[in-house]
Amino acid sequence: MKRPLANAAALLAAAVTVFPIYWMLLSAFKPAGEITSTAVRPWTWHPSLDSFERVIGQENFGRYFLNSLIVAGTVVVLSGLVAFLAAVALTRFRFRWRTTILVLFLIAQMVPVEALTIPLFFLVRDLGGTVPGVGLNTLGSLVITHLAFSLPFAIWMMRGFVAAVPEAVEEAALVDGASRFTVLWRITFPLAAPGLAATSVFSFITAWNDFIFAKTFIISAKGNQTLPAALQMFVKPDENDWGGIMAASTLMTIPVLLFFVLVQRRLVSGLGGAVKD
Amino acid sequence: MTTAARRGRFLPLLYLLPTAVVLVPLFGYPLYQLGLISVFDYRQPQVSGGQPAEFVGVGNYTTLLSDPQFWSVLSTTVWFAAACVLATLAVGAALAVLLTRVGRVPRTVLSLAAMAAWAAPAMTGSTVWLFLFDTDLGLVNQTLGLGGHNWFYDRYSAFALVGATVVWHSFPFVMVSLYAGIRAVPESVLEASRIDGATVWQQFWKVIVPILRPVITIVVIQSVIWDFKIFTQIYVMTGGGIAGQNLVLNVFAYQKAFGSSEYGLGSAIGVVTTVILLAVTLFYVRAIRRQGEHL
Repeated sequence: MKRPLANAAALLAAAVTVFPIYWMLLSAFKPAGEITSTAVRPWTWHPSLDSFERVIGQENFGRYFLNSLIVAGTVVVLSGLVAFLAAVALTRFRFRWRTTILVLFLIAQMVPVEALTIPLFFLVRDLGGTVPGVGLNTLGSLVITHLAFSLPFAIWMMRGFVAAVPEAVEEAALVDGASRFTVLWRITFPLAAPGLAATSVFSFITAWNDFIFAKTFIISAKGNQTLPAALQMFVKPDENDWGGIMAASTLMTIPVLLFFVLVQRRLVSGLGGAVKD
Repeated sequence: MTTAARRGRFLPLLYLLPTAVVLVPLFGYPLYQLGLISVFDYRQPQVSGGQPAEFVGVGNYTTLLSDPQFWSVLSTTVWFAAACVLATLAVGAALAVLLTRVGRVPRTVLSLAAMAAWAAPAMTGSTVWLFLFDTDLGLVNQTLGLGGHNWFYDRYSAFALVGATVVWHSFPFVMVSLYAGIRAVPESVLEASRIDGATVWQQFWKVIVPILRPVITIVVIQSVIWDFKIFTQIYVMTGGGIAGQNLVLNVFAYQKAFGSSEYGLGSAIGVVTTVILLAVTLFYVRAIRRQGEHL
């Protein structure tokens, strides 16, 4: 293929790929009259914030947004710490069940977590009243379940980054009299931190995008709903408020996009590493 | 044995302790429970504690296996996943090859566009695609002058739209992985094949594909796993379809359990899905081992 032709094809593919996002943004900013008109309007001369105002004013939207941030943020921090420790154990030590544990983590990634919704629903229900902060209609139940489901992959990915930290640096610090614990937090952790960034994208996205658990565990306390389940409530069989839905979708996409942009390079190199491993 | 060495023996277990504290009760136990519930008659009276759960052995499974709807949902799930995987791979691979042949600017633009689609949550992707194909206010019907046509009434057009949304979400992973793989193919190898007179087509199939086989294997299996467990898009875009015509196993299980309070039956479906995916996983583990990954 000639280069100009290839360039044009790539730009066309990019346009097609980004189009739904463009349409979401455009529709979120269109005034009500243009959304409900059946004429084709690929552009608007009258951008308006009405849809955003309507959504934000509706049914605790800000609260849902904050809930999603709390759940995803907590999962990212906790899974980063836990996965880091596990990755150290699995890269720096040789012990008996090492291979078995690794294979189990790999298998865990393949288990359809949707299928576990049923037993988890009963577990979460039964934990209510016994374990503080957990139970139906609590954000805690979303945090712990997402933590569990993001861990196997986070550990698997962190492993490569911990392995890349030169052991000589750690040994030098040990020789200088640092404790194992100090070495772990002052040397290994900061050096593996870029990997943590890439890993955290996946944990963040898993928790942020979750729909099925939020829908199942948060059944009556509407104030504890997270964004995806709240968004589904806006989608009605007929008479959709498309402007509002697109505004809500936009608000929901922004944090993930920001996260992606921030760690984009590391994500690609991390993936390359994971794939070529 | 010195104190340090003995501590060294227990240290990895200590580091793995937090992981175990999370995974055993929240992953292992529910997995066990899923199997357990699937052999009980577990419905609303049992859930509320009014009646004891009755052990029915393989009862739920025989109910399922003799239910024609289960078989049709199972085959639908397999076909739908297969179609999504093939389409995702075709689009991802084609664009990965394209990326190697374009200038810096188009490459960056396409990468960023792919990142945006990748980052978009399944929920927002679903709502946007629903809107694009909305009966009256959707851009597609307005442009084509098909006002009043509902794309979600027909089983196949509904599946096609869900499939398009899925591919849109997942081709970026394939594209980025394969592009990274292609870039890692030594230039000298490509040049040697060029000197030997290989066409672009031959070069792709006879040189690049064999070298990339490990990456391709992983990308394929990862896609199979993702596409086999699609839930959000089907649920949000079709709700399972008219008369359940767009059901896949995960949504079917969810509706059985939380819609009709047939928790035992829903769990049995979950077990079937899990077993199928674990079989795929075994191939995955073997594939990675064969390419020399030290576990």
